[in-house]
Amino acid sequence: MINPMTAIRFLAALLTLFAVAFAPSSASAAGATYLPFGHATTTPSDPATLQKGAQLYFNYCAGCHGLQYKRYSRLAKDLNLTEEQVLTNFNFTGAGIGDYVKSSMPKESAAWFGVAPPDLSLTARSRGIDWIYNYLLSFYPDPTRPIGWNNTVFPNASMPHVLWHYEGIKQAQFNPVEAGGHCKTVEISGQCFEGFGETSGGLHSASEYQRDMAALTSFLEYVGEPALVDRERFGPWVLLYLSLFTLIAWLLKTEYWKDVH
Amino acid sequence: MARPIPASSSSSPASAVLNWFDQRLGVIGFWNQHVGQYYAPKNFNLWYYFGSLALLVFVNQIVTGIWLTMHYKPSEAEAFASVEYIMRDVEWGWLIRYMHSTGASMFFVVVYLHMFRGLMYGSYKKPRELVWTIGVAIFLLLMAEAFLGYVLPWGQMSFWGAQVIVSLFGAIPLIGPDLVIWIQGDFLPSDATLNRFFALHVIALPFALAFLIVLHLAALHEVGSNNPDGVEIKKKKDSSGKPLDGIPFHPYYTVKDLFGAGFFLIVFFFIVFFYPTGGNLFLEMDNFIPADPLVTPAHIKPVWYFTPYYAMLRAIPDKLMGVIVMGAATLILFAVPWLDRANVKSIRYRGLLSKAIIGIFAVSFVTLGWLGLQSGSELQTIVARVCTFIYFAFFITMPIWTAIDKSLPEPDRLTMDH
Repeated sequence: MINPMTAIRFLAALLTLFAVAFAPSSASAAGATYLPFGHATTTPSDPATLQKGAQLYFNYCAGCHGLQYKRYSRLAKDLNLTEEQVLTNFNFTGAGIGDYVKSSMPKESAAWFGVAPPDLSLTARSRGIDWIYNYLLSFYPDPTRPIGWNNTVFPNASMPHVLWHYEGIKQAQFNPVEAGGHCKTVEISGQCFEGFGETSGGLHSASEYQRDMAALTSFLEYVGEPALVDRERFGPWVLLYLSLFTLIAWLLKTEYWKDVH
Repeated sequence: MARPIPASSSSSPASAVLNWFDQRLGVIGFWNQHVGQYYAPKNFNLWYYFGSLALLVFVNQIVTGIWLTMHYKPSEAEAFASVEYIMRDVEWGWLIRYMHSTGASMFFVVVYLHMFRGLMYGSYKKPRELVWTIGVAIFLLLMAEAFLGYVLPWGQMSFWGAQVIVSLFGAIPLIGPDLVIWIQGDFLPSDATLNRFFALHVIALPFALAFLIVLHLAALHEVGSNNPDGVEIKKKKDSSGKPLDGIPFHPYYTVKDLFGAGFFLIVFFFIVFFYPTGGNLFLEMDNFIPADPLVTPAHIKPVWYFTPYYAMLRAIPDKLMGVIVMGAATLILFAVPWLDRANVKSIRYRGLLSKAIIGIFAVSFVTLGWLGLQSGSELQTIVARVCTFIYFAFFITMPIWTAIDKSLPEPDRLTMDH
């Protein structure tokens, strides 16, 4: 027995493949980015995943990154939490339940990083979930950077690896760019990225960490488009109704057209 | 012609009301002329759904548009956030917005297919020249309407798309640069631009479109519909003056189009509920970044429905020439009724030459659409030039190949093959 949602997701994935084949450059919103960890498997309409993602987000991201279009009240509703739980656990700015999620950073703090940490309300829509997932998994220590960290998905980003104690530290391996050539992966400081070495010192295993980053990505996907929960819930019923309507319309048409030869 | 509902046949309250109105407004006559006794050929095939579907999408755009304007703020400072407000805080706002954005793309899908239908079956030929030219005018206005609408969310693609398109007017010698400022109301797309684009998008162009759609249908109902055989049904009438191969639009085509609408809505709402961004073709990723005049996106490209013409613009090295070519590519459609010299209408009875040429034209047009989405490598530019050449050659040489091509004999009566 095929689950109708699975079938619909499969169809949507097929369409995406088609669209990607048709418009390879449409992914260029994020430039020619190298995404070594591939496609992010997210479950943005599952409250448990969202709770996990929100927990990570508010503990490690919300200090710098606001969600300016996201209200705490909506978070409570979509994550199956009480308003009190949301305000106690996710609110570090003294906001009310109807307020938008703001970062805890003072305004003048842009100077800390050279650039103000961006709001992440719509990052999943402007860069895509695969970008976010890969970005979260691509931090490596780089002593040449002011903050001590670098990222192969977003080279020379100003963001430190805030989750390093969970993931541990992994070194990035580079080779010099061949004469006249260009990197198949990504070029950082005149070198081609080759891959990551062993990770050491993390509290979580690599698979646990990837699962958590998928949850965080799911959360940002949901934040980018909270309507997706409703979309997927109502969509099958609307299509079912329209199928019945179309069937009846077809029977009506056939009946009327019996006398047309 | 006898009226099917005699004015005094019944004394029920409903018919009394109908008669009251009919005597003052002629509603029965109007209904009969356009629906009840409008005789349409009985052999319409799949291609004949797209006209009524275009009307359906038009109504969808108007209705969802009304609700969007209730919450949208046409100002540089608030536009982007107000769209997110609609997507998040307005009850069912996301559905209304997705229906509107999906409707924009679906409008072009059905209109392009509708136009290709006309091209295949010679629906522009005498006496339907005006049906076609009014239709082309609708197509041009629709492109303007879609462009203006795309600016309103005030994302990066809105801003830079507006910047690129408006700057095309700057290529016009002498008045160009001043014209750009006049259109924008500023030196770059700004609050003033957004306000006037909003006014044009929600009032001026929808009115103009509605007016032209009425004319399109009035002209069609005056001369009668063409059909896949391209044979005039008015040539063979029965003793009461009704076309032998015609059937009243109502109920035959109202129920048939109802079925077509149902099928279309399944596709439409599949996109709305499960695929609203259309793989970044309907809603582009960059447009989820607020407009920023200081940051130019790496790759500015129009929405998919403009890309055939955009590819032509890019294929021409000179900007002014590019603009002229792009303009000519749309305006040349007006001339089609007078370029075609074939003695049959439908592709069914045209020779192999015409069939091949129409096929090549369709392939190059789709190729241009694909090329317009790409970054434009050297090879792609060459292909775009070849396709642009084919596009124009198709129309310019039409008087020749339609005249020399050997057509097959048309049947006397319609053929039913559905």
